[in-house]
Amino acid sequence: MTETSLSAAHREAQARATRTRYGLLAPALIIILAISILPLGITVVYSFLEPGTYGGVVWNFSTDAYVQFLFERDIFDDTLTFDPAYLSIFMRSIGLAFGAMIGTLILGFPTAYFIATKPRNQRNFWLFLITLPFWTNLLIRTYAMLLIIRDEGFVNISLMKLRLIDSPISILYTDTAVFIGLIYSYLPFMVLPLYASLEKLDFRLVEAGYDLYASRWKVLRHVIAPLAKPGIIAGCILVFIPGLGAYITPELLGGGKSLMIGNMIAIQFGSSRNWPFGSAAALILMMLVIIVLLIYAASAGRGRRTHG
Amino acid sequence: MKRNTTIAAASVLALTASAALAEGELNIYNWGNYTNPEMIEKFEKEFDVTVNLDGYDSNETMLAKVQAGNTGYDIVVPGDYMVKVMIEQDLLEEVKPNEMENFGNVDPKWVDVWWDEGRNYSIPYQWGTTSFTVDTEVFDGDIDTLALMFDAPEPLKGRINMLNDMNDVINAGLRYLGYGRCNGNPDEMKEVLELLMKAKADWRTMDYSTIEKLTSGDVDLSQTWNGAAMRARAQRPSLKYAYPKEGFTGWMDNVAVLKGAPNLENAKLFINFMMEPENAAMTSNFARYANGIKGSEEFMDAEMLEAPEIVMPADAPDPDFVTPCPQEVVDLYNKVWTRLKQ
Repeated sequence: MTETSLSAAHREAQARATRTRYGLLAPALIIILAISILPLGITVVYSFLEPGTYGGVVWNFSTDAYVQFLFERDIFDDTLTFDPAYLSIFMRSIGLAFGAMIGTLILGFPTAYFIATKPRNQRNFWLFLITLPFWTNLLIRTYAMLLIIRDEGFVNISLMKLRLIDSPISILYTDTAVFIGLIYSYLPFMVLPLYASLEKLDFRLVEAGYDLYASRWKVLRHVIAPLAKPGIIAGCILVFIPGLGAYITPELLGGGKSLMIGNMIAIQFGSSRNWPFGSAAALILMMLVIIVLLIYAASAGRGRRTHG
Repeated sequence: MKRNTTIAAASVLALTASAALAEGELNIYNWGNYTNPEMIEKFEKEFDVTVNLDGYDSNETMLAKVQAGNTGYDIVVPGDYMVKVMIEQDLLEEVKPNEMENFGNVDPKWVDVWWDEGRNYSIPYQWGTTSFTVDTEVFDGDIDTLALMFDAPEPLKGRINMLNDMNDVINAGLRYLGYGRCNGNPDEMKEVLELLMKAKADWRTMDYSTIEKLTSGDVDLSQTWNGAAMRARAQRPSLKYAYPKEGFTGWMDNVAVLKGAPNLENAKLFINFMMEPENAAMTSNFARYANGIKGSEEFMDAEMLEAPEIVMPADAPDPDFVTPCPQEVVDLYNKVWTRLKQ
């Protein structure tokens, strides 16, 4: 009798605890559902519909959006032929994002190393300088870059005043300009995780390397780089993924002559009036990102095993 | 002045007649930087109405928002083809401007237009042309030809901005080759694509911000609208707006009332107000385009009346008002556009 009532009370308490748990979780769950799962679900559904004549969608199931990504339907006989137009836009984006990743790594590594080797009380100041540009909106920073590299901008005028060149070098409105803009925008995303790894690095290991007659290059390759690997990977991902979907940088600095994925998706919802294709392209972009993250997870897992 | 008092009196009558007017608000959704604040102030004073203004950057953006519903907007200012689309989609209220008091001021040439035959839904706001403007110090030959964009002479190579607009670029290409608009002929469109691909090598940018591109010295020729050309010329006097012999686009933005407008009666007052020559002129003086309301000239800035961007030369071809194209043609244009930008 007492036993059953006890266990009943116990069950009751447990149920109450569960309720409290779910009650406390609810805000987080609702936010995840409302701002992540729901829009994503709409995107998935839209990508399998037909485009409406003036934007929007028509509720007929269709896989055309995905077919259109790789193939072109012939206007005369409806046969499908391979069409590299969209694929080449994706390849350009991947190329530029990858280039920006390598560029920020080359610039970011020495910067992070420099900060990590400063005395502890000075490091925050240098980190503060790295994060300073974030105080300004990305759009404004990109405009600033536009003003610096334009024909009559700071770089060209200075070079001409110094008589190093006679006429301005055209940097703005080329892929080079997009590349410079991406590096400038995403450099802090590389420096910060690298710094986090390098800061924990035990510099006695570097000294030990030198004691064992390793060259500077060998110390970097065999001592510092492996220990900084988590930071390098995290930094690369933080630069590559947003770089892939960049919109403002190619729009302003690229001059609109060649598209990147982000711009291509945007026009599907505007002048092209093809929401299903825009949704499909957005999902294909997301798949790419997930693949990159899976590669990261796999390499991080392997890293743990070797150290463990 | 006398007419103003009559309207004011009429509006007072209207106010007392309809209880729904108690709020005294009007929500206008217009293109950004396209509404003269003084004109709005005048309307607010005259009718004791609070006006809320919101902006958009393209017809498509506006349409998407209106389609989503419950915007709370009363007035929109769609371009010609978009008026037709919105009437077809049953998004506009049939307010019958043609029965309003000031309708007699509308230039008869803008009454029986293809996008709103007889003006049952909309009235003229501003109209203009889309052509290009070029620096005559950089290139001093004949500028009235599209060859400058598609077969650029040496001094203009790599110094050209095109509008980042599928229809404007493709239509210019079609005119240069002498083919019809809304072209669904794959062979002709293939030729257009080849023409554009070849010309693209000489283009520096494809961008809407034409004034900034011209005044900063980034380019010496830009496809642009006549009002924008006029504003750019104010800062770079050697610019000249071209009237190419192959033809150029004409367009008109129109004031219309949304279906289910919360302040319908105020919206009607606004439509009538905008057909008043003085008020139309206020818009023109601000946005720098012509307005299609008779008698507005006497209220317009002197420089507007003789501006070569507004007053077309007698031998220029008529502006070509392009109708919306069927979906197959839009699909074909999209393919050409994607290829061009891949």
